[in-house]
Amino acid sequence: MASQQIKDFILKNFLFTDDASALKNDQSLMSSGVLDSTGILELITYVEDTFGIKVSDDEMLPGNFDSVDAVSAFVSRKQKGA
Amino acid sequence: MCGIAGYIGSSFSKLPADEVAHAMARSLAHRGPDGSGVKALGSIVLAHTRLSIIDLATGHQPMADDAETVWLVFNGEIFNYLELRAELISLGHRFRTQSDTETIIHAYRQWGDAFVERLNGQFAIALWDVLGRRLILARDRTGIRPLFYREHAGVLYFASEVKALRAALPHASWKLDTKGLGQALLFWSTVGDRTAFEEVSSLPPGHCLVIEEGSRTLKRYWDWNFTASGSQRQISMEAASEELRALLQDAVQLQLRADVPVGAYLSGGLDSSGLVALIRQRSDVRLRTFSVSFGDAEFDESAQQMEVARYLETDHAVVRCLPGDIARQFPRLIAHTEATILRTGPAPLMMLSRLVRESGFKVVLTGEGADEVFGGYDLFKEAAIRRFWARQPKSRWRPELFARLYPYLRNSPAGNRAFSHAFFGQELLDTASPFYGHTTRWATSRRNWGFLSGDVRHVLQGWRPEEELAQQLPKDMGRWEGLARDQYVEASTLLYGYLLSSQGDRVAMANSVEGRVPYLDHRVIEFANALPARLKLRRLREKAVLRQALRPMLPSSIVNRTKQPYRAPDSASFFEAGHAPEYVRHQFSAGRLAEAGLFEPAMASRLFEKCRAGKALGFADNMAFVGILSTMILEDKFVQGRSLE
Repeated sequence: MASQQIKDFILKNFLFTDDASALKNDQSLMSSGVLDSTGILELITYVEDTFGIKVSDDEMLPGNFDSVDAVSAFVSRKQKGA
Repeated sequence: MCGIAGYIGSSFSKLPADEVAHAMARSLAHRGPDGSGVKALGSIVLAHTRLSIIDLATGHQPMADDAETVWLVFNGEIFNYLELRAELISLGHRFRTQSDTETIIHAYRQWGDAFVERLNGQFAIALWDVLGRRLILARDRTGIRPLFYREHAGVLYFASEVKALRAALPHASWKLDTKGLGQALLFWSTVGDRTAFEEVSSLPPGHCLVIEEGSRTLKRYWDWNFTASGSQRQISMEAASEELRALLQDAVQLQLRADVPVGAYLSGGLDSSGLVALIRQRSDVRLRTFSVSFGDAEFDESAQQMEVARYLETDHAVVRCLPGDIARQFPRLIAHTEATILRTGPAPLMMLSRLVRESGFKVVLTGEGADEVFGGYDLFKEAAIRRFWARQPKSRWRPELFARLYPYLRNSPAGNRAFSHAFFGQELLDTASPFYGHTTRWATSRRNWGFLSGDVRHVLQGWRPEEELAQQLPKDMGRWEGLARDQYVEASTLLYGYLLSSQGDRVAMANSVEGRVPYLDHRVIEFANALPARLKLRRLREKAVLRQALRPMLPSSIVNRTKQPYRAPDSASFFEAGHAPEYVRHQFSAGRLAEAGLFEPAMASRLFEKCRAGKALGFADNMAFVGILSTMILEDKFVQGRSLE
């Protein structure tokens, strides 16, 4: 479910649409121009507020935030306390 | 400074009545409130509105020589007119007035079409050669003064602003140019001869258009040519800075020529502070300086401005841009810019030109252009770091240099290490691209295209604006240093189409004020373009040679100040406690968006809501908001023909 929530947030806030086909789950958010570097700040704030987790400085990596799949896997790991 | 207009027919066309020329002139009254004139000459009509600055008594236009073989209307200034006049008198020419206008006429009679290469100035010219039956439209080298034209029913109409063309052709079809919109949303401005409007062309900078019976020839007489890498002048920093200082002193002296008092803009940065110092060297009269301040500390430079004003002993006046001011100005602003804009920066400058005019001044010198000529922008530093990194892409410490960029931004793209590396690493190895320096800027602005309607996207499908721009670039550009390529692209896009236009001529002339730009004296540009890049961008310090040239005239705190670009609040300007003015809500309403057919209503509405909620933090959302709003106002005023002010 986290994956769907994250995707909905990105669709509404960065692509300004409800059309789920506008974004693939493994699509790079930066190289496809969906997020600029300040958009990352918005995404991280959303993830912290929505899933009750804290993202430390050394976790702010493209590997954790550059696609819907990457963000949901990161959220999942954090929620399990990994 | 003035407005010019007119029209010319072919032998098959019927020329419109003189009343049309009067209507064109009336629409340009803000450019020339001190008088107007219309002259019908058979197959051509010339019109002029005057802001009198040089030779107040006899400089009226349209002007002709004694024999009335050459007629002229012109907007701008020829700064070297006294030298040209002396040369022409020595060649046997007789002058009736003291004006720079008459100098152009004699220069044409003496040197033919090459006259324009003799002019040091900022100008848009329409010159009618009666005997040769040829019209020459000419524009200054960098595009400081505007000139547009449109052909309709066999008649070519030309004018300083599009609104005069519209006044001449109220019943013609008026549409926004789809590719022009695509360019503006990507490059921040239209490029080359393209404008915001279908069938309306802009005479590109450094060009002449010659119209003769049956033919129309566009000729380029000047360009921002750089010397090839390895062939630049071998000169020390000390010698280059001394030569530059002398050149700037002369450029400023020429540009202080006026029969009315001249003031200056003072931003508090190196360029305008240096300019004011150069003026003070040339004049004992206490100088009037003007600046904008903001309530938000992220944008405000008041402390620096006051420091310079105190040091250089100027009478300084400030207009404070308060919350709500930009939104109140915006519809009138777009009526003057006649273009889509992505930032609100021009609005406070329109307030500033009003302050200038209300203070009794018609002319101000500004520091515009120094960043393009001497490599001042962070974009140039960013590209230098990227090129340095691309030489060793696996290096861990080379990209760490990005942390030195954008210290003035609240939400800096360099703020997070890992993401800044990903952002600035886009197309890292494509160093041969002429657009290498602009890759990251355009990666952000390209997002604006996502808001375009299906119909507009369909028209743009398969069209590559970068490829079109690449075809307009000099063929030998690949032999220039990377910084020179970045500077050329910057001068061809942002400087020409936005800074000199929407944020320059148009907002100054909105209040009948002439801005002069000594850093764009072509001798200064040609001097700088022959220097190696290391004299401009030196160990990530921008404008090194200019800094060195101005060092003896300014305190070290100003000379050593890192550039802070002029910016104004963007989408936040349009909301107070979550409420937007009625006209903003109207332009973003589903009905109005559907009427214009340019943007996807649902997406634009969501963007509006995000901005209203104060959640638009980055450049991308802010640019999209300002771009959509400005385009919608443009469409409403110029296509639908509604009065919005």
